[in-house]
Amino acid sequence: MKLEREVVDNVAVLARLGLDDNEKERMREELAPILDYFEMLGELETSHIPPTAQVITIQNLMRPDEARPSLSPEDVLANAPGREDSSFRVRPVFGGQ
Amino acid sequence: MAGELFNLTLKEASDKLRSKEVSSRELTQSVLDRIAAVDDKVKAFVTVTAEQALAQADEMDKILAKGEATSPLAGIPINLKDVLSTKGIRTTCSSKMLENFVPVYDATVVERLRQAGTVLVGKTNMDEFAMGSSTENSRFFTTHNPWDLDTVPGGSSGGSSAAVAAGMGFLSLGSDTGGSIRQPASLCGVVGLKPTYGRVSRYGLIAFASSLDQVGPFTRDVTDSALVMNAIAGFDSRDSTSIDQPIPDYTKALNPDIKGMRLALPKEYFVEGMDPGVERTIRTAVAKLQELGAVVEEVSMPHTKYALSTYYIIAPSEASANLARYDGVKYGYSDAQAPNLIEGYFRTRDEAFGSEVKRRIMIGTYALSSGYYDAYYLKAQKVRTLIKADFDKVFETFDAIISPTSPTVAFKIGEKAADPLAMYLSDVCTIPANMAGIPGISIPGGFSDGLPVGLQILGPALGEEKVLQIAYAYEQATEWHKQRPPLS
Repeated sequence: MKLEREVVDNVAVLARLGLDDNEKERMREELAPILDYFEMLGELETSHIPPTAQVITIQNLMRPDEARPSLSPEDVLANAPGREDSSFRVRPVFGGQ
Repeated sequence: MAGELFNLTLKEASDKLRSKEVSSRELTQSVLDRIAAVDDKVKAFVTVTAEQALAQADEMDKILAKGEATSPLAGIPINLKDVLSTKGIRTTCSSKMLENFVPVYDATVVERLRQAGTVLVGKTNMDEFAMGSSTENSRFFTTHNPWDLDTVPGGSSGGSSAAVAAGMGFLSLGSDTGGSIRQPASLCGVVGLKPTYGRVSRYGLIAFASSLDQVGPFTRDVTDSALVMNAIAGFDSRDSTSIDQPIPDYTKALNPDIKGMRLALPKEYFVEGMDPGVERTIRTAVAKLQELGAVVEEVSMPHTKYALSTYYIIAPSEASANLARYDGVKYGYSDAQAPNLIEGYFRTRDEAFGSEVKRRIMIGTYALSSGYYDAYYLKAQKVRTLIKADFDKVFETFDAIISPTSPTVAFKIGEKAADPLAMYLSDVCTIPANMAGIPGISIPGGFSDGLPVGLQILGPALGEEKVLQIAYAYEQATEWHKQRPPLS
């Protein structure tokens, strides 16, 4: 199959990957044969087969809703690229093109 | 003699510690000396923690002297794949994204090994975020196979398998999402066990594909594998997919009598393009199991050929969601120049992820995106049901399944690096077990062209004991596991 450039552009935006032109062209070439390979799944009739999301029988694991110790703010922020007091520092959400 | 300590099995080293023939410091020094002597060629380690290891060894020697150590793992030098969180010790996933990341807590398995008294000598190299089959996707360097330095050690846990094969630790833990423990174990001639999904806690394992990931040991023989399972398996309330069932003493499974056991040989695992030498070696190993009294019958598992496609939809889909957490805000690499939040995401992720990780995020995002979800992700989940049903059917009448671990021996560095699909085919024999969540082991099964060939044994869910028993029976009847690579 041929993978359209605009599909690659769109998927890169969804994935928040800032690929440059060269990378996008390479993705287009490399992903096409992989997606072609997936086509073989079409050989199987699966309309009545239930999907398997995971293989163990545990469904929902509940615990009492009780306060318990968690990481300290210092630990939580220990690897933060930017911090201010006990908060993560982020870039401006609006503006700054 | 002291110079050869690093080549012992874990059990042998443990016995020598108990009989006071050696100290933990001597064992640890022997392993550190071995790292200093050969790791510039093998390049298995991302981080070596020599000082901490020696201090820990001294501490363990005091405890051993008082006779207070209860675990056979006490005082044993080990290493860990750099995907497991180690408190206070850099944990990189061999990615630029986590190059300077220092976890603030231990993974549950790390905590359990610390409690058992093991001595951590370092963290091992891997394919970035465990995506790959050769360690060539590490953002730092490629690990070399100790049996032939021009070849890959397999992956993604290639640093762990190479380290254990080369005498740089008596045990390593890796992670296996589609074969990342068993395939490198096969290529490096060591024992690699992927337990049942949920048997070993994944808390603190940096996530790749959460419905498939499982932690397991690399060791030099099957006895050691059982000893490690005794220490790491079991329920963990911090992992919501952890199985809450009692843990057996896995060493009790080490009984070499497999007379009358029924072993299935699936014809689909002898794939087109398989090395003739690998096939010959595995057929010889099968004959040995028959000689030991096992009943081997060929079976068909008709959906095997769809497992690779299914895997390469499901794993990247889950990965694309898991890796969304790398936003340059909470931890990890962060682009310093971006003018606003969204541009920061784009640049941070572009600069810090390598090409295979980006490729998989793209595949996964595509497969989950509006208009494609049913055709890819949902379809793959349905085919996963069929693959699992193939296994259920075989295990109705067989104790275990026997196959090659990998269709080839170790391949040359660079040989498959330019062709993602050819690389993906390295995992064709290991992926189905992850889809079904069942346990599997790779043990040394012989050599082809001077390179190790792994024999894979798969069992039903929670059937680790059966898998270990068959592996042990084969191992006791052969000498392959006693071979060490000719490194000097």
